[in-house]
Amino acid sequence: MKEFGYERPAHPTDALAMIAGVAGARFLGGGTNLVDLMKLGVETPAVLIDVTALPYDFVTDDADGGLRVGSGTRNSDLAAHLAVRRRYPALAQAVLAGASGQLRNMATVGGNLLQRTRCPYFQDVTKPCNKRVPDSGCPARDGEHHNLAILGGSDLCIATNPSDMAVALAAFDAVVFVEEPAGPRAVPIADFYRLPADEPQRETTLEPGALITAVALPALPWAANSRYRKARERASYSFAIGSVAVALDVADGMVRDVRIALGAVAPIPWRAYRAEQSLRGQPATEVAFREAADAELEWAQPLRDNRYKVPLVRNLMVRTLIELVQAS
Amino acid sequence: MTDPYSLTVNGTDHQVVDAWLGESLLYVLRERLGLPGSKAGCEQGECGSCSVIVDGSLECACLILAAAAVGCDITTVEGLQPGRGDFTTVQEAFIAEGAVQCGFCTPGLVVALTDLLARVPHPSDLEVREAISGNLCRCTGYGRILAAAQAAAKAASDE
Amino acid sequence: MSGTVGAPVSRIEGLSKVTGEARYAADFPLAGLAHGWIVQSTIARGRVESVDAGAALQMPGVLAVVTATNAMRLQDVDDGELLVLQDQQVHYRGQTVALVVGDTLEQARAAADGLPVEYQAEPHDVLLSASHPRLFAPDHVNPNLPTDTLTGDVEAGLAGAAVTVDHTYSTPAEHNNPMEPHATTAFWDGDRLTVYDSNQGATRVHQALVRLFGLEDSAVRVVSEHVGGGFGSKGGARSQAVLAAMAARMLGRPIRVVLSRKQLFSLVGYRTPTIQRVRLGSDRGGRLVALDHQVVEQTSTVYEFAEQTAVFSRVMYATPNLSTSHRLVALDVPTPRWMRAPGEAPGSFAVESAMDELAEACGVDPIELRIRNEPVTEPEGGRPFSSRNLIACLREGASRFRWAERDPRPGTRRDGQWLMGTGVAASTYPARSAPSTASVSAQEDGSFIVRLTAADIGTGARTALTQVAADELQVPMDKVEVRIGDSDFGPAMIAGGSMGMASWGWVVVKACRQLIADIDRCGGVPDDGLVARADTADDIAAQADLVRHSFGAQFAEVRVDVDTGEIRVPRLLGVFAAGRIVNAKTARSQLIGGMTMGLSMALFEESLMDAEFGDYLNHDFAGYHIAANADVQRIDATWIDEEDDQLNPLGVKGIGEIGIVGTAAAIANAVYHATGQRQRHLPIRPDRVLSP
Repeated sequence: MKEFGYERPAHPTDALAMIAGVAGARFLGGGTNLVDLMKLGVETPAVLIDVTALPYDFVTDDADGGLRVGSGTRNSDLAAHLAVRRRYPALAQAVLAGASGQLRNMATVGGNLLQRTRCPYFQDVTKPCNKRVPDSGCPARDGEHHNLAILGGSDLCIATNPSDMAVALAAFDAVVFVEEPAGPRAVPIADFYRLPADEPQRETTLEPGALITAVALPALPWAANSRYRKARERASYSFAIGSVAVALDVADGMVRDVRIALGAVAPIPWRAYRAEQSLRGQPATEVAFREAADAELEWAQPLRDNRYKVPLVRNLMVRTLIELVQAS
Repeated sequence: MTDPYSLTVNGTDHQVVDAWLGESLLYVLRERLGLPGSKAGCEQGECGSCSVIVDGSLECACLILAAAAVGCDITTVEGLQPGRGDFTTVQEAFIAEGAVQCGFCTPGLVVALTDLLARVPHPSDLEVREAISGNLCRCTGYGRILAAAQAAAKAASDE
Repeated sequence: MSGTVGAPVSRIEGLSKVTGEARYAADFPLAGLAHGWIVQSTIARGRVESVDAGAALQMPGVLAVVTATNAMRLQDVDDGELLVLQDQQVHYRGQTVALVVGDTLEQARAAADGLPVEYQAEPHDVLLSASHPRLFAPDHVNPNLPTDTLTGDVEAGLAGAAVTVDHTYSTPAEHNNPMEPHATTAFWDGDRLTVYDSNQGATRVHQALVRLFGLEDSAVRVVSEHVGGGFGSKGGARSQAVLAAMAARMLGRPIRVVLSRKQLFSLVGYRTPTIQRVRLGSDRGGRLVALDHQVVEQTSTVYEFAEQTAVFSRVMYATPNLSTSHRLVALDVPTPRWMRAPGEAPGSFAVESAMDELAEACGVDPIELRIRNEPVTEPEGGRPFSSRNLIACLREGASRFRWAERDPRPGTRRDGQWLMGTGVAASTYPARSAPSTASVSAQEDGSFIVRLTAADIGTGARTALTQVAADELQVPMDKVEVRIGDSDFGPAMIAGGSMGMASWGWVVVKACRQLIADIDRCGGVPDDGLVARADTADDIAAQADLVRHSFGAQFAEVRVDVDTGEIRVPRLLGVFAAGRIVNAKTARSQLIGGMTMGLSMALFEESLMDAEFGDYLNHDFAGYHIAANADVQRIDATWIDEEDDQLNPLGVKGIGEIGIVGTAAAIANAVYHATGQRQRHLPIRPDRVLSP
């Protein structure tokens, strides 16, 4: 690892002043991803500003019936929180489906939102990667890509976002609260992540030096009927090869409303708007669910070794929707 | 080099001098504090052999910057025994049930199950599995480890 | 005194392991210890043009940058992987090109990360294929077996067969991944070298260091008291031991070199990928008339290692026409080496899958098919077996597994989204012994100390040998201390090839019997004690020419998720005939551990070669999956009583490897039974199930 400095401010204003004052400073949460990437030489911050002493470890009710989660909340606390489990079960399930007990005890909500791709080329500094070194090339397209993107990728980058939690947050239209040099801002999660296009090195719409303070889950009573399903190559302790977060509002056999987000298929947590649109007002049948999944996946652009993700994610969507109908 | 700092490990304060900030808690425990019981199996949180308890929370020492652990109460495998020659129910169960083979993953597993039984005295098989889902073992096939966890829970409740 | 051999005795060193007191190679504190970090090549073939150490040497704590230009010269040995930093050639990506030494590991690592290395790269060739133009027949295959064998006329046999199966099966590169990364702590006391090293046998490491550094036997000591697993990758000296010893000599300080998990993927060996064509011909009842097993696999340009993949076919089934062959290609890749059950593990996947295909083609039950093809003598060569109880294992397993209730039709059992199936496969592994030495000393207080250079890499060898010695000496186990893992005790077999217990147990028995005779002759233990030494070289050379093998039967139940292709294994059962079992507790754990690794091989383990850059790309535990506890459900291992007096005085066959043999085929056969789709490539990943 490169030499770096370390600060642990107790007040947000100090944290923001510190990050504004030093080039190459980075915020450190639980460290489960950043410290690993520093060991690999992928991240080389000049100063680490440890934000775990900031007053962001909380889960509280919002006035509108939603829930607000502090960015410093540990993943294990989020998953165990009764209100989360009751009102947004897909979020608790998604967090529990990720990593291990040890890592969830360490990882923060803010850090989870910003975790980097597990694309093997991104993680190896001896190889090119447009995300890590702009314009250096992308070996994944012709190389190993069996777990890389089928949706939303570009010629420059097909890395996938590895977060389980963010998939559920995408389904629930979460809002990310940040402090930026220009002041506080509320960023809908749909606007939080960027597709790679021609700048794969820019993964979010945050300004440099932005500090995530909280995530709001808007009120959504029927989110109680939600579920996260994750397929992976080992039964636990591994990243998804495909996942879905689905919430379903069904009445009299008709879909009143639905939220679907997909994981491990795109550079961002992928909200399946086309599938949702195709389903609203339709009968809650397997046929309709298949048509909805196809409406989303007809836009997929799989490569040589990741074609399986199309049937995988289609099946996950359909099965999860059927299960939610049965649970309604 | 960084300013000297102090770590509280197994109830004792240790001064760390002439250290570099980039050192992990695992490295400092092993190389500076003479506590090599925690093992370095992967150094990226993917095996659990370095599991320690930090302020009551089971964590991977390999991903914690030692300087970030200042002020925390850290327990390693060396700190579990009530005294030399005494062994915890988890430790005894591991031996009696044959849960130990090469022993390299064992300290992390013993710490993880100690943490579990402190929180959940009578865990279900699923709770045991979840508690050690972050601990890889290459020798045993895990079955005897699950048995040791249940034996330790039973022994603790019989006492 | 009742014997302890056979009893489920708890592991002697268990307490030191559960408390963290057990010291592994990287755990020894030494005054003045410095740390070495290996810098690896980023090209797969070519030359190192220059290494600019200037800036690194200015960094805090950095003591040295050892490269081919300033490294100590080593004596030539036959293993190029050990001749580290002796020239500028790069033979594979990840090869050691420098060692940076620092006061702390992080200082060494920081300097190593930024070390400028210039290369002259050449095009590399890293992909194995069955049509590779540079395939060749090696002189022999590991350990010293014929490359090709032929009995009868296979082509004629196949041409006349009523039923034939002809398929190609493949297995990927797999990395051993013991939990303890390879590590060495080395120091010199004058001209005497001591290393704390993580290995499966201090004797071999001792021999390598003696030769490399041109020293007398007595000038090198290798200590390996506790070893965190090996599975073949620690079977011989690895380069970190050479680097640590070299740097310690050059700097006059104790040096520790510990490999990172990532470095294990290029520096310590792995199982070669294999491409295996299996052709079976039989009559309508499934009786084989021909068996042909052709294997293609890889080695490196540094050292020739030829895995004995087809030897499985040489012992398993009776057929008048039998041929086996191995072809290698030397690629610009790290050297493949031993990994648990080299030969039999990948070979059994192909042949036992093909037998399942034959069973279906003939409409014969897979167990009955194997019984019909049971040979009386060795199929290739005709020598008698010392004992062979495959059929007993199959029958015992069938009974326990309720095989008779099985409906053979594939793809017909469903529970929700799960397709269910069961499968069976046979296992075998040779039962050999190798010369070893040991000493036993009688102490004045009535206790005994056994010394031999055995290794306990988690097998329970220390405990089992204590049981053996206690029984021979007719004393309780607490009167016997077995000291192992120290080359000063004299040469002995490694913990490898399932030969540890047979080899060490034999010499311990012999030494104990000698000691008892000596005590009788002296009329008791003299005041200054008594020592007996033994060497089994002559005994082993005098053994009759028999085929000695353990056998087993593996049964698997699987569930395949039709939506995701994910596979779960709710049940595995192994029944083995492996001679005498010395310790029921540690033996069961060994067998189950082997089966678990077989499950892991079947479903998860695969090192992905990056064609463009020439390295194994998924080089960590996040990318290379080994079974986690959630993957392992009910695994039972049992054994049948087997008396075989043609093995060794203990009658043991060895159990370290047979547990992994056949497991992957049993699971693959169960996946076929569940889905109706034959999986001929390992691992059976979800993507391969979804898009076959």
